[in-house]
Amino acid sequence: MAASPQQNSRAMNNNYDGFGVPLILPSWIIIGFFLVVPVAMMLMYSFLTKEFRGGVIWEFSLAAYDQFFFDRGLFGDSPPVIEWTYISIFWRSIWQAGVATFFCLLIGFPTAWFIATRTGRNSTIWLFLITIPYWVNLLIRTISMKFLIRDNGPLNEFLISFGVISEPFHIINTNLAVQLGLFYSYLPFMVLPIYAAVERYNFALSEAAADLYASRTVTLTKVILPAVKPGIVAGCILVFVPSLGAFLAPDLLGGAKNFMIGSLIEEQFKGNAGNWPFGAAASMILLSLVLIVLTLYARHQARGQR
Amino acid sequence: MSRDNNIAVDIQNVTKMYGDVTALKGVSLDIRDNEFFTLLGPSGCGKTTLLRVIAGFEEISNGAIILYGQNIANLMPNERPVNTVFQQYALFPHMNVTENVMFGLLRLGQDRANAKTRVGEVLELVQLSDFADRMPSQLSGGQQQRVALARALAPSPKVLLLDEPLSALDLKLRQAVRLELQQIQNQTGITFIFVTHDQEEALTMSDRIAVIESGQVQQVGSAREIYEAPKNKFVADFIGKTNLLDVSVTDLARGKGSCILPGGVQITCPAAEGAHAGSGHLSVRPERITITALGKGLVQGTVARHIYLGTDLHVEVNLVEGGHVTVRMQNSTQIQIPKVGQLVCLDFEPNFARLLVD
Repeated sequence: MAASPQQNSRAMNNNYDGFGVPLILPSWIIIGFFLVVPVAMMLMYSFLTKEFRGGVIWEFSLAAYDQFFFDRGLFGDSPPVIEWTYISIFWRSIWQAGVATFFCLLIGFPTAWFIATRTGRNSTIWLFLITIPYWVNLLIRTISMKFLIRDNGPLNEFLISFGVISEPFHIINTNLAVQLGLFYSYLPFMVLPIYAAVERYNFALSEAAADLYASRTVTLTKVILPAVKPGIVAGCILVFVPSLGAFLAPDLLGGAKNFMIGSLIEEQFKGNAGNWPFGAAASMILLSLVLIVLTLYARHQARGQR
Repeated sequence: MSRDNNIAVDIQNVTKMYGDVTALKGVSLDIRDNEFFTLLGPSGCGKTTLLRVIAGFEEISNGAIILYGQNIANLMPNERPVNTVFQQYALFPHMNVTENVMFGLLRLGQDRANAKTRVGEVLELVQLSDFADRMPSQLSGGQQQRVALARALAPSPKVLLLDEPLSALDLKLRQAVRLELQQIQNQTGITFIFVTHDQEEALTMSDRIAVIESGQVQQVGSAREIYEAPKNKFVADFIGKTNLLDVSVTDLARGKGSCILPGGVQITCPAAEGAHAGSGHLSVRPERITITALGKGLVQGTVARHIYLGTDLHVEVNLVEGGHVTVRMQNSTQIQIPKVGQLVCLDFEPNFARLLVD
């Protein structure tokens, strides 16, 4: 296959690699210290033995992973059976994060589309408005959400005073509350990448589709969505991944029954009751899960582009 | 309603407003079946708006668009049996050439096997059969332009709209594609409506041309009619180069007019419809003027400068009475080129001059 113009220009850029090394060094140092080293530490800790008051004993052990996946009875001597407690917490987390991502996409796409199609400075103003709430700390926002949705909070009072419901709508400490919290926490991460993609979208493509007898629905599914897909995928990743590990929303809004991975891991490192190797192991399992999904997606993308 | 079966598109009194701005002012045009029809005008004149109005991308404020007897003015773009070749091609970047060309066919409900056959046909027509599996990003500008053409031709539209499709190509390629477009139009028999600001493109390709300015049709006619018999000052000036002499018109009858040239010589020459007595403009093409010995021509002036153009030489002459005239001479060895500052007489055949409406 002949080289496309883009490929040629990329090849030309390679000539500048000589300058690249010193320029990229600061990034390497930052990534090294704040990403590679901590992850390596976590990996190491997950294979150590736990100290009962928190911390670790420097002795190799698979106990953390064993505890995560297998139940060996109260005294640890029964034949191992699959331990569902943690797997179900993981599964619930994936489900909650998935629902939050879905609703972020459902609301975020039209919002991003609206903002990107405003003329002149208007889109900047709308973008600014979207980001304003996020200048407030996430903890404060999550607590505010709790006050808004509690049984005698403004939302319920409003609905009752207008006669929509007679009994308070019980949201707090439910899955819905967690999903709502995650949705609200991460919505801009969906809106911004989609906005960027829609802004680059060539609207002549929609006209071309209509000219070639495509209805609005077909134009959306066959032309617009594929064109802005990178933005949608980026938005979904940016919402799904932090939602998966989130602990503020599940802790504050979900209560004890709606435990998610983030809280599980957080618990292990808190106070004296923790189990560092187990927390590290749970982190590594979560990380592997995310990486597997991203790798599969990247593979799929690469295949699509060939 | 048009009763003429030969009319492909009958545009009736179409007006398009953008807020307070009028982009099209009561445009009426008949575009004939199987015709290569060009909308020509400077940028911002409304020619692209007119094309977009026919395609359905812009709603009209007033008027009717009759396509083979059916008023399509209120139809959505996807309901109109016309296809467009876009200025920047607008190929779907995530589809390869075949999928791009097949898009319209599938929307019309053709099954994949038939659609594939048709795609093969049109790709052959535009000589891109070897590129069927390429992505648009792997094609050159000229190839992308052909894909855009193939995509628009594939559903066999009744009318093909082309929005300055050659403007993104370089000169050599543009000239080659011009010929191909004409051939394809001949082969397919589809009515082409072609928008351009390039008069050379318009003159060489079109059966008929509509010259558009300020949202209004200035003149419709064949290339020859528009060049030889422009209706008004704008058309004369926009199509090719012309000299406009200030004359006073004395007499008008049956398409002819008498006028007094600067310097006092009276001639009788063709007059555009609507020309009136009083002060007016006489259009004389630079190639129609010859430089003669003193006392033998119609007007007199001094040579101001020469402009060398390779095959041609333009001689600019300042008239004694004011104003200047460009004379085009062929750059052959036989001609005598008057020197700058020399007093010369200019002569032309009155039949090739034309009195214009302002």
